[in-house]
Amino acid sequence: MIDKTVSDCRQAVAMITDGSSIMLGGFGNAGMPAQLIEALREHGARNLTIISNGAGTGDYALGALVGDGKVSKVVASFPAPSATQFRERYLRGEIELELVPQGTLVERIRAAGAGLGGFYTPTGAGTELAAGKESRVINGREYLFELPIHADFVFLKAYQGDRLGNLMYRGTMRNFNMVMATAGKTVIAEVEQIVPAGGIPPEQVHTPGLFVDRVVQVARHPRLLELPKEGGAA
Amino acid sequence: MMLTRDGIAWRIARDLHEGDYVNLGVGIPVLVSNYLDRTQEIFLHSENGILGVGPRPKRDEIDLDLISAGKGFCTLSTGAAIFDQPISFAMMRGGHLSHAILGAIEVAENGDFANWKVPGEAVPGVGGAMDLAVGTPNIYVAMSHVTNKGKPKIVKTCAAPLTARQCVKRIYTDLAIIDVTAQGLVLREVMPGNDPASVQAKTEANLIVAPDWREMDVPETATNGARLRN
Repeated sequence: MIDKTVSDCRQAVAMITDGSSIMLGGFGNAGMPAQLIEALREHGARNLTIISNGAGTGDYALGALVGDGKVSKVVASFPAPSATQFRERYLRGEIELELVPQGTLVERIRAAGAGLGGFYTPTGAGTELAAGKESRVINGREYLFELPIHADFVFLKAYQGDRLGNLMYRGTMRNFNMVMATAGKTVIAEVEQIVPAGGIPPEQVHTPGLFVDRVVQVARHPRLLELPKEGGAA
Repeated sequence: MMLTRDGIAWRIARDLHEGDYVNLGVGIPVLVSNYLDRTQEIFLHSENGILGVGPRPKRDEIDLDLISAGKGFCTLSTGAAIFDQPISFAMMRGGHLSHAILGAIEVAENGDFANWKVPGEAVPGVGGAMDLAVGTPNIYVAMSHVTNKGKPKIVKTCAAPLTARQCVKRIYTDLAIIDVTAQGLVLREVMPGNDPASVQAKTEANLIVAPDWREMDVPETATNGARLRN
């Protein structure tokens, strides 16, 4: 019987070595595999390359991993002003940034997962992000050639998972998680609930289990339970 | 008279209609959502994977897994759809949205614009701006007409790093509405108390004054900071 479940996050990240490349799903706090990232901090691997939309916010999850000095390179589209740990280290020249437009980042990950050697996109043509890139005019428009991005490890966050690795997301958790699931050698999913095989209706399996190697059930990271300090809408 | 930031957003909202699929950027653009005619079905796109962003939730309505591109909690409008990043960027880059309303540092007379890298910002971030710009048929820029030092932001050639070339269709400022056309920049509407010559004086690029140019029709609350209604 296939059983991809592991008992805790520490066990799930135990095989990660120094110098690994790791993709992190999530956009904002939604779909962020924060418990796996915290376990990686404790695990201690260093000189990591992180592929993520942002560069970590504040002092938890990726922000804390960067603050620990364990990340040497970030491939991201938007290191936000709130990425304070990243900004400090970047300005001191201690961390490398490969800045990629968000749609190009997504498609480079998709290309890796789909077995493609790259693609042409109009995004970035004629801008400073085109520097050093091959370009080609197709039907009168300039496109840039972009290469796939693979990763040694992928961390995902889903709502439900089963022992087969099937995953279901809720709300806006899907974001980068579904595409990143296809692009890593070892794919580890943090879920809030493990359900029996067949427990997720087939039409609602967002990430099919063949992409996933390990599933760990863990309570939501406390920072992902926080409400705004004041009210919602005015 | 000049429009407030909310006044610019109010005026843009008047030009969005039923069946439009719209992405609102940060800054003035996101304010547009406050002034849409809610009796019309106008779908707001959020790049993290929503078509049909609703109003901000009341505190007891917050769903911790439901956020919009600004990373804040949101609700969904009736008929909303949620999807992942490849689909979201297919909508953007693939030309399936109808409008993107974006802030800008500069817009050039040929429709080039710069909005992703503020001069002096040492840590760059681009997000989805370039993808929206190359794909969306109607790129509307919302910005102040001049910088806070009085320097024109509508220029012959952008000095700031470009977001994309030749894509802006219309510029809404606190003074005017200007269309970007093959012939050049066409001045369509001017705030009361100003005229085409006074707008040109604050614009580096040459303006072609539309034969049917008119004064902008906005309520007084769009200029004085009092509460605006849609």
